[in-house]
Amino acid sequence: MINKLVGSDTEAVSDIFDGAVIMIGGFGEAGSPIELIHRLIDLGSKNLTVVSNNTGSGNVGIAALIENRQVRKMICSFPRSTNSVVFPELYRAGEIELELVPQGTLAERIRAGGAGIPAFYTPSSVNTPLADGKEIRDFDGQPYVLEYGIKADFSLVKCDTADRYGNLTYHKTARNFGPIMCTAAKTTIVQARRIVEAGAIDPETVVTPGIFVNRVVEIKDPAHESILVASGERYPR
Amino acid sequence: MNTTESLGWSRIEMAQKAALDIPDGSYVNLGIGMPELIADHVPPGIEVIYHTENGLLGMGPVPEPGQEDVELINAGKKYITAIKGACFFHHADSFTMIRGGHLDISILGALQVCEKGDLANWSTGKPGAIPAVGGAMDLVAGVKNVWVITDHNTKDGQFKLVNNCSFPLTGKGVVDRIYTNLAIIEVTEKGFKVRELAPGVTFEYLQEQTEPALFQ
Repeated sequence: MINKLVGSDTEAVSDIFDGAVIMIGGFGEAGSPIELIHRLIDLGSKNLTVVSNNTGSGNVGIAALIENRQVRKMICSFPRSTNSVVFPELYRAGEIELELVPQGTLAERIRAGGAGIPAFYTPSSVNTPLADGKEIRDFDGQPYVLEYGIKADFSLVKCDTADRYGNLTYHKTARNFGPIMCTAAKTTIVQARRIVEAGAIDPETVVTPGIFVNRVVEIKDPAHESILVASGERYPR
Repeated sequence: MNTTESLGWSRIEMAQKAALDIPDGSYVNLGIGMPELIADHVPPGIEVIYHTENGLLGMGPVPEPGQEDVELINAGKKYITAIKGACFFHHADSFTMIRGGHLDISILGALQVCEKGDLANWSTGKPGAIPAVGGAMDLVAGVKNVWVITDHNTKDGQFKLVNNCSFPLTGKGVVDRIYTNLAIIEVTEKGFKVRELAPGVTFEYLQEQTEPALFQ
């Protein structure tokens, strides 16, 4: 019998090891799996490489993971935003590495990683500093830059509804990186707002097929980053 | 060089000018900041579908107070709504729309634009600045028409329309048209062609405010 449901968020992340490459879903706070990130802070794994569009805000979620000195390197398209303080300070102090990637290239590198495509050529960033040192090749007279797929040891993703097979649906713009990150990790860990019986999700509306998911934990009332930040919350407290 | 704030179009008027040029039925991506104003000025009877690269086609206006959904946001991470007939999708699909040439118009802000259409809008390259690029490089690489909306010069009077961009590029030879507070300018093979001057702005004055040679 296939049953990907696990009993707790603590159990779901318990084998994340030092030095792991971790994809973390979310665009800003939409889709950010805050509870899973906080359990990773509890676990304390260090020297992590984190692939995520942003670097978090305030002192919760990804920002708190960075502040807790668990992240060696960020692979990211937009590492600053309103209320983003932790990453900029550590970056200026030279205490965290940044690989800056155009947002579409980041998405395609993740998609390629999950799809068994080791590398691809893209027009994005050609003739800019972000293509420096990379292979350029012309197709039909236009230059393209070689970019590599990314694979992760773990992906942490937030969804709306899941079943025991790991079939997932998402909520509005919280979908963002979730579906592609689910495909690109050896172990994909998902927090779902609700878990339903197999068959309760219409097969026509499944967004992430269960084969891409390894563990699902139910987090019924997930925290929202903006609300935590507005109330001055920190993690750990 | 004089400051240009009192002369020419206001920000609202600039947005109106750009809005009037969007063809009916266009799929449009609006950048963060001044480009966002454009959506408020599209005339009645013109249907424009707005794409936001975090995963929505059919972005609607800001929600009524109290109706915000923290997981319904735009690329600027502001609360938005979805129109009837909207659809959500993941990031690889969103950038397939962008990079694959499926969107009609991308309207962006700028630090500098050169007469060959090079755009710099993501980094001043200063030491200590946190580099952040987002989707700008993908938008200029893939969207069919790239328009810039910007103040004609910087607040301290430096040229933004330049011979060569000194800031790191977002893309080379990508800009098609520029809307400023002083003029609407087309980027052509021969350089900057002035399409329309704002009220009170002469061609000679515009030339003084612009580094490369202009033509009409």
